[in-house]
Amino acid sequence: MRVALFVACFNDALFPGTGRAVTVLLERLGHEVVFPPGQTCCGQMHWTTGYQREAADLARRFADVFGGHDAVVTPSASCAATVRAAYARIARAVGDAELERAADGLAVHELSEFLVDVLGVTDVGAYFPHRVAYHPTCHSLRTLRLGDRPLRLLRAVRGLELVELPAAEECCGFGGTFALKNADVSVAMVADKVRHVRGTCADVLCAADNGCLAHIGGALSRLRGGVRVMHLAEILAATGAPAAAGRP
Amino acid sequence: MTGGSSAGGRDSSAGPVPLPMPKFAAAARTALADTGLRRDLRADAAALRRRREAAAGELGDWQELREAGRAIRDETLLNLDAYLERLEKSVTEAGGAVHWAADAAEAARLVTGLVRATGQGEVVTAAVPAAREIGLHDALAEAGVTVHPTDLAELVARLGGGRRPAARPAPPAFHRDRARLRELLARLPDAPPDLPDDPAALAAAARDHLRRRLLSARVAVCGADFMVADTGTLVLLESEGNGRAAVTVPDTLICVAGIDAVVPTWSDLEVLLQLLPRSATGDRMSPAVSTWTGVTPGDGPRELHLVLLDNGRTAVLADEAGRAALRCVRCSACAHVCPVYERTGDEPYGPRGGGPIGAVVTPLVEGVESAAHASLPYASTLCGACADVCPVKIDIPGLLVHLRGAVVESRRRRPVPTPELVMMRSAAWTMGEQGRYEAALRSGARWARLLSRGGRIRRLPGLLGKWTEARDLPAPPAGGFRGWWRARPRSGGAR
Ligand code: SF4
Repeated sequence: MRVALFVACFNDALFPGTGRAVTVLLERLGHEVVFPPGQTCCGQMHWTTGYQREAADLARRFADVFGGHDAVVTPSASCAATVRAAYARIARAVGDAELERAADGLAVHELSEFLVDVLGVTDVGAYFPHRVAYHPTCHSLRTLRLGDRPLRLLRAVRGLELVELPAAEECCGFGGTFALKNADVSVAMVADKVRHVRGTCADVLCAADNGCLAHIGGALSRLRGGVRVMHLAEILAATGAPAAAGRP
Repeated sequence: MTGGSSAGGRDSSAGPVPLPMPKFAAAARTALADTGLRRDLRADAAALRRRREAAAGELGDWQELREAGRAIRDETLLNLDAYLERLEKSVTEAGGAVHWAADAAEAARLVTGLVRATGQGEVVTAAVPAAREIGLHDALAEAGVTVHPTDLAELVARLGGGRRPAARPAPPAFHRDRARLRELLARLPDAPPDLPDDPAALAAAARDHLRRRLLSARVAVCGADFMVADTGTLVLLESEGNGRAAVTVPDTLICVAGIDAVVPTWSDLEVLLQLLPRSATGDRMSPAVSTWTGVTPGDGPRELHLVLLDNGRTAVLADEAGRAALRCVRCSACAHVCPVYERTGDEPYGPRGGGPIGAVVTPLVEGVESAAHASLPYASTLCGACADVCPVKIDIPGLLVHLRGAVVESRRRRPVPTPELVMMRSAAWTMGEQGRYEAALRSGARWARLLSRGGRIRRLPGLLGKWTEARDLPAPPAGGFRGWWRARPRSGGAR
């Protein structure tokens, strides 16, 4: 299958390992990965902060770049959620019927959805001998309704010990620009998340979105919390061989 | 409809009570530092979430019920004017009097006037969700009327317990610090000097005090959760039963309710009575459900006044996207699951009420011109927990984003662009073309490496400094994803 990778601007800039991992993983499963180089940002930050016109411009651009592809895969749950749940709203907000139609034709899948629902695999042949906790991000949980797909994928990873994260479904306090506009509340929220993560004694905290992971990971790093954060894709790509992508 | 106001023209105090309100983030900072508040909020949230989940979960048709609730509320709001006229007619025919208050000041004036007309210097209040909205207690105090609140939560707050109760106070909070509660209740004039700190004794002390007040009350002010248009019946749900006493014992009963509390028929009420208690407190039915219709000679109050409060509600109705917010039945379930509210409480949201729906309704009604009101739609991570529990399926995150759009549009009209607008525009411009975007990625990575030590950025300049107050940022490794992709031995497909 020919898969177009939407890496998401956040990953493009800060987490190149995640895009590499998706590529390596999908190719290992026998699929062809293409990277439309004109891709930039899905417009999520503009939309959720209230900048409807700018969000619409970016949504139009996204639809242009990815419109022709049968399958678009992204390792960002919140971007997948933006395209699927928000683009129609953005189009209506700015009165752009053409964008609404174009958005409807986009086939954007979050990685774990693509693996489990489209490819029908849960065992992707990964090896990752570590203690891992999984944080279901709000967009994964409540917009995409990923359910236990990421957990099924993680359970099939050889050597991986999956530990339960208490209060897992509670927001980490990221919320995009919320983390800046309401920094104090945001920090109060991530403090509790960090407490729960550390309580699991996991080596690695994993999620399907690097936005939330940057937030929790940033707090863990500041506190020298002794827990690494890794995107789900990076764990699924790991085979124990040095070539496998991991976060440098 | 009868004009309610006795004062002819509007005086300068007309309009929403002008309370100076700080921006959410600033008010939240104060709340975050209040450890007692944090503990109480956390305990309430944990208990109420558990209870709500159990109560909703035990019904096989909860989702169908929510859908029915949504439909009833939408239909009511669509024909609100007709239902309100029907309500006025039913209430009047049953012997009550209906007064219309266009805004908070008029409502406060009406209630004060009605109390004065009785010649009494004291009133009891019970379950008045609109009390804070209309500044009821202050207005009555100013008129020289002594107010005795009969909600336990309000009583505790008055004794110095700090936290003002939410729109719908949590059930008696005996899971909280008992020693503190004992200390507060011991301040009651009629409390036994050796009051022990076990829950039963504390409840008894509070009950004795409140009962004495209630039994001697001649005038009561209460709220209503619903008003049945067909019969003119007012419906009040509570945990404690004080409202039940307040609506039966006094000679004069003044009920203040928002115009959105109207329900067409008793069969509509049946649906909402299943949704509300389970969502609010996790009860199958509220411990005390009072329904009363007009006045009955020789039984209950001899005079019944219903003050119907608009205070911006019809303006919200006119906003096609915002209208859904008026479906709210004030169960507070959204607040109880909200991770922001759990850490800040009601106060930072302003007098119309807190939690996610407060962050929607206040800017919808008051507009977004003031910095404080404009900050409310941003007081959310958009995590979506509220939308999942709302018994009438209000898409609260969607409404928050809608309002954020209104905030930004209003700022665009200002002659000098805000720094945020400049930043957002330039970000969108950068993202609008591949060359610009890739150049920005490269220069961003260079800057990041300059700012980082040991692979981590510990301090960022400007607005981004808010991030690094408490969080690191990883420094992007050289090359980035695009560099890796281009250097790949077999990079098939588009390049
Ligand atoms: S918005 Fe929904 S959940 Fe929140 S108080 Fe209103 S009815 Fe309850």
